[in-house]
Amino acid sequence: MTDFSPLLLAELAILAVLLSALSALATRHLPALMRQLVIPLMGFSGLLALLAGVWTLGTGQNSTAILPIGLPWLPWQLHLDALAGLFLSLVGGITFIVSFYAPAYVREFEHGNDSLPALGGFTGLFIAGMQMVILSDGAFVFMVSWELMSLSSYFLVTFQHEKAANRRAGFLYLLMAHIGGLSILLGYALLAAYGHGLSFEAMRAASLPEGWATLAFLLALFGFGMKAGLLPVHVWLPEAHPVAPSHISALMSGVMLKVAVYGLIRFTWDLLGDVHWQWGVTLLIVGSLSAIMGVLYAMMQQNMKRLLAYSSVENIGIIFIGLGLSAIFSGTGHPALAVIGLVAALYHALNHAMFKSLMFLAAGAVLHSTREHDLDQMGGLLRRMPWTGLFFLLGCISIAALPPFNGFVSEWLTFQTSLQAWALDSGILRTLLPIAAAVLALTGAIAAATFVKLYGIAFLGRARSRRARRAREVSLGMRSALAMLAIVCLLLGILPTLVIDTLNSIPQQLLGKGLEQATAHGWLWLTPVSAETASYSAPLVFIGALLTWWLAQFLLRRGSVRKVRYGDPCDCGFGTPNARMQYTSVAFAQPMRRVFADLFRLREEVTRDEQGRERHQLQVEDPLWDWLYLPLARAVNALSKLVSRLQSGNVRIYLGWSLATLVVLLWLIS
Amino acid sequence: MADLLNPVDWLLALLQVLLFALAAPLLAAWVKRIKSRLQNRRGPSLLQPYRDLRKLFRKEARVANSASPLFRAAPYVVFSATLIAASTVPLLAVHLPTAILADVIVLVGFLALARFFLALAGMDVGSAFGGMGASREMLISALAEPAMLMAIFTLTMSAHSTNLSSVIQHVLDSGLLLRPSFLFALLALLLVAVAETGRIPIDNPATHLELTMVHEAMILEYSGRHLALMEWAAQIKLLLYGVLISNIFLPWGMAQQLEPLPLLIGLAAIAGKLMLLGVVLAVSETLVAKMRLFRVPAYLNLAFLLGLLGMLSHVILEVGV
Amino acid sequence: MNLAQLGLLEQSIFVLVALALFLSFVLLSQARLTTMIHVFAWQGFLLALLTAIVAALGDNPHLYISALLTFLLKVLLIPAMLHRLIRRLELERHQERLQKQALVMMAGAALVIFSYWVVLPITHMELAHIRNVVSLSLAIVQLGMLLMVARRQVVAQVIGFMSMENGLFLAAVAATAGMPLVVELGIAFDVLVAAVLFGVFFFHIRDSIDTLDVDQLTRLSEEER
Repeated sequence: MTDFSPLLLAELAILAVLLSALSALATRHLPALMRQLVIPLMGFSGLLALLAGVWTLGTGQNSTAILPIGLPWLPWQLHLDALAGLFLSLVGGITFIVSFYAPAYVREFEHGNDSLPALGGFTGLFIAGMQMVILSDGAFVFMVSWELMSLSSYFLVTFQHEKAANRRAGFLYLLMAHIGGLSILLGYALLAAYGHGLSFEAMRAASLPEGWATLAFLLALFGFGMKAGLLPVHVWLPEAHPVAPSHISALMSGVMLKVAVYGLIRFTWDLLGDVHWQWGVTLLIVGSLSAIMGVLYAMMQQNMKRLLAYSSVENIGIIFIGLGLSAIFSGTGHPALAVIGLVAALYHALNHAMFKSLMFLAAGAVLHSTREHDLDQMGGLLRRMPWTGLFFLLGCISIAALPPFNGFVSEWLTFQTSLQAWALDSGILRTLLPIAAAVLALTGAIAAATFVKLYGIAFLGRARSRRARRAREVSLGMRSALAMLAIVCLLLGILPTLVIDTLNSIPQQLLGKGLEQATAHGWLWLTPVSAETASYSAPLVFIGALLTWWLAQFLLRRGSVRKVRYGDPCDCGFGTPNARMQYTSVAFAQPMRRVFADLFRLREEVTRDEQGRERHQLQVEDPLWDWLYLPLARAVNALSKLVSRLQSGNVRIYLGWSLATLVVLLWLIS
Repeated sequence: MADLLNPVDWLLALLQVLLFALAAPLLAAWVKRIKSRLQNRRGPSLLQPYRDLRKLFRKEARVANSASPLFRAAPYVVFSATLIAASTVPLLAVHLPTAILADVIVLVGFLALARFFLALAGMDVGSAFGGMGASREMLISALAEPAMLMAIFTLTMSAHSTNLSSVIQHVLDSGLLLRPSFLFALLALLLVAVAETGRIPIDNPATHLELTMVHEAMILEYSGRHLALMEWAAQIKLLLYGVLISNIFLPWGMAQQLEPLPLLIGLAAIAGKLMLLGVVLAVSETLVAKMRLFRVPAYLNLAFLLGLLGMLSHVILEVGV
Repeated sequence: MNLAQLGLLEQSIFVLVALALFLSFVLLSQARLTTMIHVFAWQGFLLALLTAIVAALGDNPHLYISALLTFLLKVLLIPAMLHRLIRRLELERHQERLQKQALVMMAGAALVIFSYWVVLPITHMELAHIRNVVSLSLAIVQLGMLLMVARRQVVAQVIGFMSMENGLFLAAVAATAGMPLVVELGIAFDVLVAAVLFGVFFFHIRDSIDTLDVDQLTRLSEEER
């Protein structure tokens, strides 16, 4: 540890965030310390991590270190390469931005019963865990940090544990996180068994027989997929993410899911190597299902943060579509096309981190200002919170994958990858890929509908409740965090070539090939395959759009009639409408609900009370609960009943079981 | 790329965009006129949409007092997004610098951006009709977009490019081929175009009957120049789809070089194709009655199925090894 | 394989096969029985046209006869009989919405891909495009089967059965330039007899149990449920 390397910077980042966690212990007596020390330290750590990550990405240099802690035969190996660099800068960047937002947000907790030391401490541990997962260079460090990340985020989910729903969400999260963790552990065990060592170095050298490799891949997919929120193991996500404090939701949805994606990429592409196209098909199918189902469930939500959580499932699905395409192309011997898929997936991971954090922070701002989760109690917020409203709108445009913002670029790249299907030899794959692209198109279109609904119901129209009428713009710190994220979203959208140039060292590391042709025509032109196949010049298109807008404004605002007269709305001559006559979020989603009725579990009833007033009740639930989870839970219950027969209450019998176990184990190892 | 950064070409491209915007009301008027003739009416003059636009531009704009700033910004966003989308469609010549700015997926993206703001503007005033229109429009577009992309993917799979100029060049180069995939894609695109431009049987541009409106419900609160921009954008969108369909499937006559004579021929060719397409649209609008909203998914499913069959027949029949 | 190497007539075979496949999908989704019969007749027409083209291409005069036969039987006679049948059964206005229509359509598309996958191993045919046509005719057969599974109305099921036969016929014409005329005549006769018999059966079924909904026919089992 002599010279100054990115890894040293990253270690300092971990140290800083651990210090932040430690200093949070003092906030019990000094609540103001939270804002003055704990969160700035966290932000500082984020900045260091961001710098370390960008530095690594820029130079493409790898650095390794061994931490002088732990047991002598289990070294804590750390490693920072381009792939880790991207995700580290992602964690760091979002942490940094959140640190502007958090002080104002946690202020309300200073006077309540909620424990500030717990919030600050576990946030610090959570971030440290994520940074260490990314930096780890061995299965041991990886798993320890992974569990640190899972456990500390559990405590953040149950931060407001007075509410039963939060406790339930926390339990579900803990349960699934552990099953997932177990699955990842088994995957590493397979690699370690063939590589004779826990370090990633040894695992890379291991050559697994085909069957075992596929098993290891499936275990990793299950484990990381559970953390990432893939269908059908996504159910914890929409429960857990919304109940955490909003800046934590942003970290969980924006960053933690990406850490899971990182884990899968590291495990499959780096450690396992030799990706099969069948794995790609699996990823593609799982990803497409997650994308379409995630966005359909998001469309049905009424709770702002739940809607955003489901939309995370959708976006993770899109990332996995990209990864699946990449695996299919590399498994069938088209490395150049595999690179585009991988870059598309990484780009979308980056984009999703930005716009989802933006959305969660903005939702937090709304929550902070109105104390409402329910969309149907909001309305008209744009006029009361213009800045938040503007940034929220930019977030909506990004997340709905509309040009010229960032979500569009990564989806465009994914489309381009799947349209290269003609290069494949198998006719079946040639049809499968465009169908996946069509699913992606449907997803994008429904996402647009979902965010029209979210924005239209919450920010436009008239206020639907007293609280919404009294909403006030949030503080400068919160707004500045939103502004930063919104600007990043725009920049990622209009300067894709610069981003791809920066990302280029990752495919070079994983696939041995870069994406030079994408930016071969200068920074103005993005040409993933070649200039004849497809080109997109985001900067020029953006300038063109701005010019047209300006021209239209300029031409029309001149002359005698530039004035605008305000008056009552026309509304087809029905007289002045009131707030209750507006479309609600339930009403907005009704056509969609009816068209896709088979995919939901709908409970709709109309009851009539004594005065003859009708009451309409609607419940939309995830059918997977019925199809998968409840049978599973019943099976587990039945099994434990069976096991509980062993429980006779007699100590000597228990001792007998212990003896038997001991004997069997001795026999096994002899 | 660099060789396309030629100022004369760019000037021509800008002129083409201008022509696109100026010719858009004419197509709408043409369809209206043919339709009137078919219904034994005389119908308005072909210049009527221009007169309407001029009148609206001169009128004072009235805005509901419950509207937010978004309401006033939306017409400009909708108009410029639609115009940007239109600028990437080759109108007279196959190759223009604007066509490489953005491919067909970006085109769909900009149309989606316009629709996004249109729907938001509909919800802004807080009237029941606006919300209804927005909700329906988003449903229709959500189902139409995959169908449209599926049809386009079929074309791009055989042309190996998503660039519209390359696709058209590919069709021109391969001469007259009876491709089942193109046939299906054409049918799918026709169905989608009808749905996306809000024509009968999906929506009725002439209606102000409350419960059947989709597009009209969203722009109900607009007046003056705002309304003019919205209407103009809708006309540009209609022309865009018309040009897209006729130039991809019948590209003959388009100018291959940027010289006066080929360009003139191109103008004549596209005018002829659009007149024909307009007649087809008018006839179908006269023959078909408007659908109930919940029949629309079946209609768009059919479009998607056609797109899918196009893709399948491309893979199985045309390239199957 | 390059489409441009083939002549216009050969290209038109592809278009006709693809259209026939499309009509199978239309049959699958069509709610009205009368429209179904029209669509079925159109499918028969495409078949007859295709047979005539194959006859012209390969100089197989006996295929002209079979084209004519197909035209008479599948475009005129059987549809006319079916029309008469539903008129007498008073089913002209009958409509049956498919349950889970999108799902059935997806299943149909999956079947098309599946039949392509099934025929892929056949490589020793001299021309790949014949195999591709065979894969689509196989898909038409399976779509007919799917129609019979998805529909509850007996008459709709008969149409499904007939369209299955269309698929088989198509495969025969495309792959081997038609079956021997005797076999073809035999099959044509079989189909005709089947159509007549179906008609007779329907009257009896309806007379005795008062429905033509196959889901109701489960009550005919021995056990009382």
